[in-house]
Amino acid sequence: MADTMPEAGAGAEPQDVPRVITAQLSAADRAFRGLLRGGGIAVFVITGMIGVFLVIRAWSSYRVAGWGFFSTGTWLVGENHFGIGSILPNGVIIAVIALVVAVPCAIVAALFISEYAPGALRRPLIALVDLMAAIPSIVYALWGVFFFQPEALGFARWLTDHLGPVFPPFRIVGQETKIAFSSSPFIAGLVVSLMVIPIITSLCREVFSQAPQGEREAAYALGASRWAVIRTVVLPYGRGGMIGAGMLGFGRAMGETIAVSLIISPVWTVNWHLLQTGGMSIPALIALRYTESTPQMLSALMAAGLVLFAFTLAVNAAAGVIITRTRSGAQTAD
Amino acid sequence: MTEHAIPASSVETTVPMPAVTAAFPATAPTATALPATAPPPQAEPERRIGRRAVTFDGACALIGSALGALGLTWLVYERILPTTGALGFWLSAFLVFLALYGGVTALVWGRRAVADRLAGAFMAAIGVFIVFVVVDQVAYAAYKGHSALGHLNFLTRDSLNATALTPLSQGGILNALVGSLEQMGIATAAAVPLGILAALFLVEVGGPMARPVRSLVEAMTSLPEIIAGLFIFALFILTFGLRQSGFAAALALTIMMIPFVARSSEVMLRLVPGTLREASYALGASQWRTIWSIVLPTARSGLTTAVVLGMARAIGETAPVLLTSGYTDYVNANPFSGWQTSLPLYIYETVREPADVQRVRAFGAALVLIALVLVLFTVARVLGGRTPGELSRRQRRRVARDRLAYTAERPAAHLPGLSATDLESTDLERETNESA
Repeated sequence: MADTMPEAGAGAEPQDVPRVITAQLSAADRAFRGLLRGGGIAVFVITGMIGVFLVIRAWSSYRVAGWGFFSTGTWLVGENHFGIGSILPNGVIIAVIALVVAVPCAIVAALFISEYAPGALRRPLIALVDLMAAIPSIVYALWGVFFFQPEALGFARWLTDHLGPVFPPFRIVGQETKIAFSSSPFIAGLVVSLMVIPIITSLCREVFSQAPQGEREAAYALGASRWAVIRTVVLPYGRGGMIGAGMLGFGRAMGETIAVSLIISPVWTVNWHLLQTGGMSIPALIALRYTESTPQMLSALMAAGLVLFAFTLAVNAAAGVIITRTRSGAQTAD
Repeated sequence: MTEHAIPASSVETTVPMPAVTAAFPATAPTATALPATAPPPQAEPERRIGRRAVTFDGACALIGSALGALGLTWLVYERILPTTGALGFWLSAFLVFLALYGGVTALVWGRRAVADRLAGAFMAAIGVFIVFVVVDQVAYAAYKGHSALGHLNFLTRDSLNATALTPLSQGGILNALVGSLEQMGIATAAAVPLGILAALFLVEVGGPMARPVRSLVEAMTSLPEIIAGLFIFALFILTFGLRQSGFAAALALTIMMIPFVARSSEVMLRLVPGTLREASYALGASQWRTIWSIVLPTARSGLTTAVVLGMARAIGETAPVLLTSGYTDYVNANPFSGWQTSLPLYIYETVREPADVQRVRAFGAALVLIALVLVLFTVARVLGGRTPGELSRRQRRRVARDRLAYTAERPAAHLPGLSATDLESTDLERETNESA
């Protein structure tokens, strides 16, 4: 960013080097910095406390269920036969469906906003994406159940008829009735994808808009079209950001509660038939089962919640690392 | 399609990030240096090159392809092939449009332009799709729920009489409205100071701890909502032995809000020009004084946006509230004792009842919730939305007035392009003089 200094008089001077100034901090300053540091530490403490309290509450369940907690498919807490063996994969299926739809849409939308949209449209579009992120999840859930699901049944049936023979997960077991297609991981995934799109879009847009202006202009000077600039400058520059945004979206999709619990109809085996009714996810399990509150059942739910917490924290932290390691991220983080 | 020049795009897209290191950042010598009296030799103005001016042929190709695609699809899809359905029609029409548009572009502008035009058309379609989704959500809730809002009692009565067997003219959602607003208020009061402190720590203090804190804040922004509820349930209800209440729900919302506020405030604080801080330090201000009188006021607009968007987010959260607040049909204005209902919770509980009238009520409540979110969102846009250093209209007028007064005072004084940054530092000067 260094401005070109006017040539006059700046000829023979030695190179300007920033001087490092060290100063004594006053007592007030030291106290103030301590306060700010406290704010930073508070984030650590809260996250740590979430982990600690979930572990404390979940411990008895882990002791009862043992390693079987990770392989058992059913959720019969009273009979000591419970685990997330089917719930976690079912949740991952929904999240993956959501991402398969959301990531391309979001990247294209982000490119449109940062590269193609005329200047006057850009701000309203950014506001709209923010608004999409601010719409409460319960509204998405209502929309998904009552408006989207009936519309999507025909499409799901079409997918089964035409792609089912080629792509096994699109096949369906039993009769092809309308009921067989409703409350499926596919529909839940599509609704969740709408909730993930704005998050990925705004992250990607930030990254794309930081693509170096010099390289863009160089590409234009070489005769590139806008699309060629995107392909050769913007996308390579934003690759890490896109991966990170996708992973953050994955964490978000894994944690989505209300839409999934309203749409899905619970099953306790892994449902590989994406278009067929039945699915589950850990948040939906907690939301649907928390009322039946014997201490043991609550402990089991805490155990499931702890797995979700650790899983999303790991995914999100990895996403953060990827974003900061790449070229686009290195500029924003210190 | 407006004309858009290359240099102009850099104004919005690349914002210089001030390198904030230790308490007293080393000054970058060239950044604030005013231009010397002699203007730089390159006097020739920058020539702007428009790349996307709308041409007549371009518009014709676009409109012609669209009309052609519609006609062709209608003929083949509706009349010849045994296919029906709106979704299929529009999908095929779009594909045909892409093919026609690509063909026309190849004929007129050559093959190299094809990918560019098709990418543009495709991206615009996704943009339209997103607009459609947002509008459709609001419109659908309005369509389904407006009849509930036609009765005034919907907003002024509690939901005790709002059952599956009573008409819409009885009962309402006052209990949920009160609960929602109270919980949002408490959550905001708790989360905003903490969130902004964490953001200030990241930007102003830094150090080796900043990086892990930043990663953690980022990771926490997409913390599953239900985990916040579960945590407060484990802490507040199972460990402390308290009952479910509005306050517990507000705490769960606080957990959701802190990382959100911290992250978006951090972005805003980073945009505060480093030169302002340096000017303040150079005048001998202490760090807390600099932050209090320079950094925070400069970022005020952006911080307001962050806070209000955080509030909009908190009011719509369902899952944290689900486990922690309980559910009641009575109006309970005391968040510290007794169960409290909030709007998302009311919707969640009501919509699952198998009665049409309850569904209408749920959509009515959803409409109220959307309206609240929209109001907060608009407030955020009106109050904020400016990046630090970008002046409001009133501030710009003040700058002009000050400049006029200054030149009137000292007619001989030379004023080389007084910029916003310079003005801010004169403010600082005044302030430090007063405080001294």
